[in-house]
Amino acid sequence: MKSMPLERMVKLAAKNLSQYKLRAGLTMLGIIFGVCSVVAMLSVGEGANQEIQEKIQRMGSNNILIKSVKVPKKEEGSSGRHGPQVAAYGLKYTDAEQFSQFVPSLEASTPMKVLRYDIQFRERRLQTDVVATVPWFLRVQRHRLVRGRFLTHSDMDSGSPVCVIGSRLARLLFAGYDPIGQTLAISGDVYSVVGVVGDIAQGELPASGELWLTGENQKVYIPLSTYQQKHGDLFMQWTEGGSVFEQIELHELILTIDRQENVPYAVVAVRRILQKNHEQEDYSIVVPLELIRQARETRRLFNIVLGSIAAISLIVGGIGIMNIMLATVSERTREIGIRRALGARRRDIVQQFLMETLILSLSGGVIGLVFGALIPLGISAFAHVRTVLTFPAFAIAFAVSVSVSVVFGIYPARRAALMDPIEALRHE
Amino acid sequence: MTVPIVELKNVVKEYANGPLKVTALRGVSLRIDPGEYAVVMGASGCGKSTMLNLLGCLDRITAGQYLLGGEDISRFSDEQLSEIRSRRIGFIFQSYNLIPQLNVLENIEVPLFYQGVSESDARERAEALAERMGLSDRLKHKPMELSGGQQQRVAIARSLVADPILMLADEPTGNLDSKTGHEILELIDELNAEGKTIVMVTHDDEVANRAQREIRVFDGEIVENLWKGGTTP
Ligand SMILES: Nc1ncnc2c1ncn2[C@@H]1O[C@H](COP(=O)(O)OP(=O)(O)OP(=O)(O)O)[C@@H](O)[C@H]1O
Ligand SMILES: [Mg+2]
Repeated sequence: MKSMPLERMVKLAAKNLSQYKLRAGLTMLGIIFGVCSVVAMLSVGEGANQEIQEKIQRMGSNNILIKSVKVPKKEEGSSGRHGPQVAAYGLKYTDAEQFSQFVPSLEASTPMKVLRYDIQFRERRLQTDVVATVPWFLRVQRHRLVRGRFLTHSDMDSGSPVCVIGSRLARLLFAGYDPIGQTLAISGDVYSVVGVVGDIAQGELPASGELWLTGENQKVYIPLSTYQQKHGDLFMQWTEGGSVFEQIELHELILTIDRQENVPYAVVAVRRILQKNHEQEDYSIVVPLELIRQARETRRLFNIVLGSIAAISLIVGGIGIMNIMLATVSERTREIGIRRALGARRRDIVQQFLMETLILSLSGGVIGLVFGALIPLGISAFAHVRTVLTFPAFAIAFAVSVSVSVVFGIYPARRAALMDPIEALRHE
Repeated sequence: MTVPIVELKNVVKEYANGPLKVTALRGVSLRIDPGEYAVVMGASGCGKSTMLNLLGCLDRITAGQYLLGGEDISRFSDEQLSEIRSRRIGFIFQSYNLIPQLNVLENIEVPLFYQGVSESDARERAEALAERMGLSDRLKHKPMELSGGQQQRVAIARSLVADPILMLADEPTGNLDSKTGHEILELIDELNAEGKTIVMVTHDDEVANRAQREIRVFDGEIVENLWKGGTTP
């Protein structure tokens, strides 16, 4: 005996489901939410992952970043002295020299001083980070030159008063002007703008003019030698108790290693040198390569957590299906009896109810995918969180939801098929 | 000698409800030949429906032998029994047993679905039968929209659609008024006149008079087996 052709099975199932439109719709909601949340979660997760990866990648996987860190000062030494106090900490020039000498596979060492200054162009004034550094900073940091030129060796040698500005700063401070060739005042000293660097991603311009700027695209870069000539290593800091002088030779130092494989050995050498030179740990070491490894690990964990949540929501959807199909089967007991009396095999009954389940879950799945695509777009638009829609997210959500529903639909369908025809006929 | 359509030999049917055992049939022997029209009568609970269900392969016998067209089917699988119901048996029930969400034509077509008959063939046969049953103007109606007599006509059309060799009717007029019941009985007479073999359960003596053969059941046993008009086939 042949089976019913597929097309007719689908028609029959659709007809049967249309008896319970509300119920079918509510059941579908379970699947819709399941699929939708899986897609949304995966998109947000993937977005976050890409963002982190990009950030780390931008730091450079061949780099070792060392920063000066302020630590509570020890009382000895300066306590007896009169006059303004000097807080000296952080990386020293000697550290940098020793790195150049002793760190294996070192390709470049990029020193930086990073200080916050008021800067002014005509009447416009704002506060931002001023980075005093060396010409190869651009290459090491993988910044993009948008216009003009970056700092050069001759700038360094002559200590010329030139600066390169971030693209966002160029837009904010020089709105209406071509920044190249203009002069910029950094705490009273005049610098001429020779170039604009752009970073990678940028946010939108803030609605109202703000005076505090943070972030990559709004810094001012000047030659390290120029800064040293003008200011030296002392920096006055205003605190509640008056002014404190801080003495920091280098705020940051980027060590670039020739190959990724050599980074771990270089890190060991760096740690050893710093431990020897510093009594206190007034520095921090960031190794992007290690961060990448950590990020991968974190992402794996994140995926497991997301996957479990998604699995739970899909299982909840599946249970919803099972519940509804059980109700439907018991309501239609008599129909099952009639069909059996008229020659339906158990297999036909199983197929009939499975087909109904399948139609419910497929249409729920499709609707879920649509919403699943819309929700991340909404999140991106309103919460400014990056989301990435990927094909695997759709495929996984859809496949898992449909297979879960079918698995959960098997029990009700089998239950229907195993009914005793006579009892089923006598039902009600 | 003709091969009987069905033959029961000393058939026992027990229902086990936990520790309670109900013996619905205690050693029934019965032979139905092609073209016969038999009515089964007896008090309520004596086992008429049980017997009919066994004849229709809806249930399995507990002991004895059941031959269908000379073949012992007691060891048949559920799938094989389903096929027998689909191709060889036509059921008519007291409460019509139509499928509520399907319209008249679709209800009539149901048995053909399980035989894999093509949609257009099924439609053609269903339409022809519906017309014969006087339902031509009701083809797209749902059972709920039909009178009892019309519903039973749909059920009869459905029982005929696969051209079965044995038609089993369990009190087909039980839910109908006498006029409508008569019409249904006329239809069944007609079918028998065309050569269909019919076994019908009834409580009505008048109904019983239409048949050539009367089987009386009492407490799970056949107590009378009467051929009217004197001819034993
Ligand atoms: N599934 C079952 N489980 C237990 N006992 C059953 C079952 N089906 C029928 N019986 C019993 O078998 C006996 C015969 O039942 P059956 O339905 O055949 O009677 P009937 O002659 O058709 O009665 P009626 O004229 O009222 O339809 C009854 O005593 C009934 O209680
Ligand atoms: Mg009965």
